Amino acid sequence: MTATLTPSRAAARPARGGFAQLLHAEWTKFRTVRGWVASSVGAVLVICLVGLLATAAGNQSGPEGTSALPVGPGGQAVNDSFYFVHQPLQGDGTITVSVSSLTGVVATDPKSSRPGLAPWAKAGIIVKDGLDQGSAYAAMMLTGAHGVRMQYDYTHDIAGAAGRATREQPVWLRLQRSGDTVTGYQSTDGTKWTEVGSARLSGLSATAQVGLFVASPSVEEKTGTGTGFAPAVATGAFDQVDLGGRWSAGSWQQRQVSDGAGTSGSYSQTTKGQAVATGSGFTVTGAGDIAPVVGGPATSGVRTIENFLVGAFAGLIIMVVVGAGYITVEYRRGLIGVTLAASPRRGRVLVAKALVVGSIAFVVGLVSAAVMVPFGGQRSESNGFPVLTVPSGTELRVVVGTGLLLAVASVLALAVGTILRRSAVAITVVVVGMVLPYLLATASVLPDGASEWLLRVTPAAGFAIQQSVARYEQVVTVYAPGSGYFPLAPWSGFAVLCAYAAVAFAVAVVLLRRRDV
Amino acid sequence: MEKTIDESEATIEVSDVRKRFGSTQALDGMTFTVRPGQVTGFVGPNGAGKSTTMRVILGLDKPDAGTATVGGRPYRDLRTPLTHIGALLDAAAVQPSRSARHHLLWLAHSQGLNAGRVDAVLRQAGLQDVAQRKAGGFSLGMRQRLGIAAALLGDPPVVMLDEPFNGLDPEGFMWMRGFLASLAAQGRAVLVSSHLMSELQDTADHVVVVGRGKVLADMSVRELLESMSEGRVTLRTSARNDAMTVLARAGATVSSTGTDTISVTGMPAENVVSLLGAHAVPFSEVSSHRASLEEAYMELTRDSVQYRGMMPEEAGR
Repeated sequence: MTATLTPSRAAARPARGGFAQLLHAEWTKFRTVRGWVASSVGAVLVICLVGLLATAAGNQSGPEGTSALPVGPGGQAVNDSFYFVHQPLQGDGTITVSVSSLTGVVATDPKSSRPGLAPWAKAGIIVKDGLDQGSAYAAMMLTGAHGVRMQYDYTHDIAGAAGRATREQPVWLRLQRSGDTVTGYQSTDGTKWTEVGSARLSGLSATAQVGLFVASPSVEEKTGTGTGFAPAVATGAFDQVDLGGRWSAGSWQQRQVSDGAGTSGSYSQTTKGQAVATGSGFTVTGAGDIAPVVGGPATSGVRTIENFLVGAFAGLIIMVVVGAGYITVEYRRGLIGVTLAASPRRGRVLVAKALVVGSIAFVVGLVSAAVMVPFGGQRSESNGFPVLTVPSGTELRVVVGTGLLLAVASVLALAVGTILRRSAVAITVVVVGMVLPYLLATASVLPDGASEWLLRVTPAAGFAIQQSVARYEQVVTVYAPGSGYFPLAPWSGFAVLCAYAAVAFAVAVVLLRRRDV
Repeated sequence: MEKTIDESEATIEVSDVRKRFGSTQALDGMTFTVRPGQVTGFVGPNGAGKSTTMRVILGLDKPDAGTATVGGRPYRDLRTPLTHIGALLDAAAVQPSRSARHHLLWLAHSQGLNAGRVDAVLRQAGLQDVAQRKAGGFSLGMRQRLGIAAALLGDPPVVMLDEPFNGLDPEGFMWMRGFLASLAAQGRAVLVSSHLMSELQDTADHVVVVGRGKVLADMSVRELLESMSEGRVTLRTSARNDAMTVLARAGATVSSTGTDTISVTGMPAENVVSLLGAHAVPFSEVSSHRASLEEAYMELTRDSVQYRGMMPEEAGR
């Protein structure tokens, strides 16, 4: 009888309409519990409030007269600070130099110094769009410890041959401009040239500023209490300078580009930038760097956009409580029986719940971040703290990522709540598993190794999606969780969180289907 | 409520359902059918498996063996189950902070029904004045009504209520009784469980008596009473042994219930009187018990009562 009366599968299970009804029902469930709606609104307020408190200027004032950091062609904040011996080049042309030495001095205290060279001290040649900070450039250089490099537009770094320069064995560098393209070469003898790389600088002015430069970022000093950075200068000896193309009749000018310190280092009280002509060449001394701004000790007076979102963890806890309670209250009250009698396909019930609570948590995170990033930035700058500019794609990722972070965390809590059927236990599991590692790792209470391990293997890895500062091999800083650097890339860290949520969700679906209610 | 009920839709069939919880065989071959147009009482002592059977029917508990169907279809195949069967298993199953109306609203949305249905069932259950109040503040009786409203939401051909008389005041009791009768009169199949036969005495047309996970009797109330109607005769006599011998020889089942009382079954009272007269056995009192539904029930379920309280004299033994 059963067999003859049971309609065909297709007739019994028209999928789409059924799921839309389920989603509608779960949404009605959510919006008709005032506590959940209030908590969601409260989560937005908490994220904003914590963010404002954490970045409140209070009595402290920002670095004196610090203006906004220059922004490079890629949209990110950059340091563009170096000693420049230059003249304009009209149209295409070449510059060729030999570098016979690169030495440096590191300040040990305000009055004294010792010899020393930053690994990324730079002496070389550069083709630059103009003298404004942040303008496009391409450069060939010898570095303190990383051999010959071609770098352009702040973030790009191409390795040439390794090695150092000596008077007997100078390093030969050449840049050739051709339209928008600048190509870098190196040579050991000035006759056999090897191409290191080429850069397309779109919109490069017809008349570019071309010449010699020297820069030196401050030097990392390990002390008993941690890592500090000491100001350093570098001096490069350019023995021979050959020019090809339409140059302005050999009149070299010299200047310090950017007298503001930036975040890359500056002159100590006993050093200054200068260029001394030496026969056919120059000896140039300079400090600073031509590189993207990174987080870490040097940027203590600078805010990053994730600084305004430090409250996200608090909002996340609230949405975890809501996510877990969304299912556990049904178990506590026996309501789950009513739910599953109304919708016997249990996996779909959990999917609908996840969509509802996840969407709400997403909106909570998105709205909070979309308010706090611009508002916090504006407030910060009016208090004298410059904000580290990031490319708009990065900013978008941080804002949307905050929403995704809360969404996935709430779905994780929903899944754990389904598995454990008790809200207090489920909330504890998620908070201890996700928020606690995040707080421990980023508050610098653990050794860096332990912090990084936590941020790789626990769901706290997901917070990486909020990281706006980038990691560059060619810029030295403390790349540690305490200074805003997660061990995993933003989306990889987020993927770790998603993996946890996916596994928990799959287990929850299996258990929900298998168990008697 | 003007909808005509399709009789083939208005059935529940439970077929040889077995279910074990740990060491307890909760359902042990439970088999019965609920038919349209009548109220079927589902009665048995606590722990007999009534609620478990209902949970199996709703697909909430998975049976170890056997099948349960609603209108001929397994519950899980129903697309909008509440339009096939409305059930009230646990009146406390509401979220306390949600209003009665909102509780019904999400249920309605889950079945693709609109708010109009919600208002209709609120009126039917007499809850329209408290619809905006939080369900957490409801008395048990009001929660029962809310549960009834939820069961009626999909205007289903089958209605199944677990212990709906619990917590009702006399007025509510009468309302419920009339209400169940009206549902049956509309052609619906109505299954109502109770652990007290007296609650069903004037309500049910048909009873399924269960004990220890299986059906003990499945018949109309009239049949049940008739099957028990031969009843029992109590005899008070000073010549107990003589009376027992005479009656036993005539084929009755006789047992001594005291120094001067015996209980006779299997023989009508008038036969007992004439037989004793013919053998000149003296007696001082003959009383005939016609079985009530309650007694019939007690008789049926005597062996399957799991949690029976001991009488004081039993406790002393």
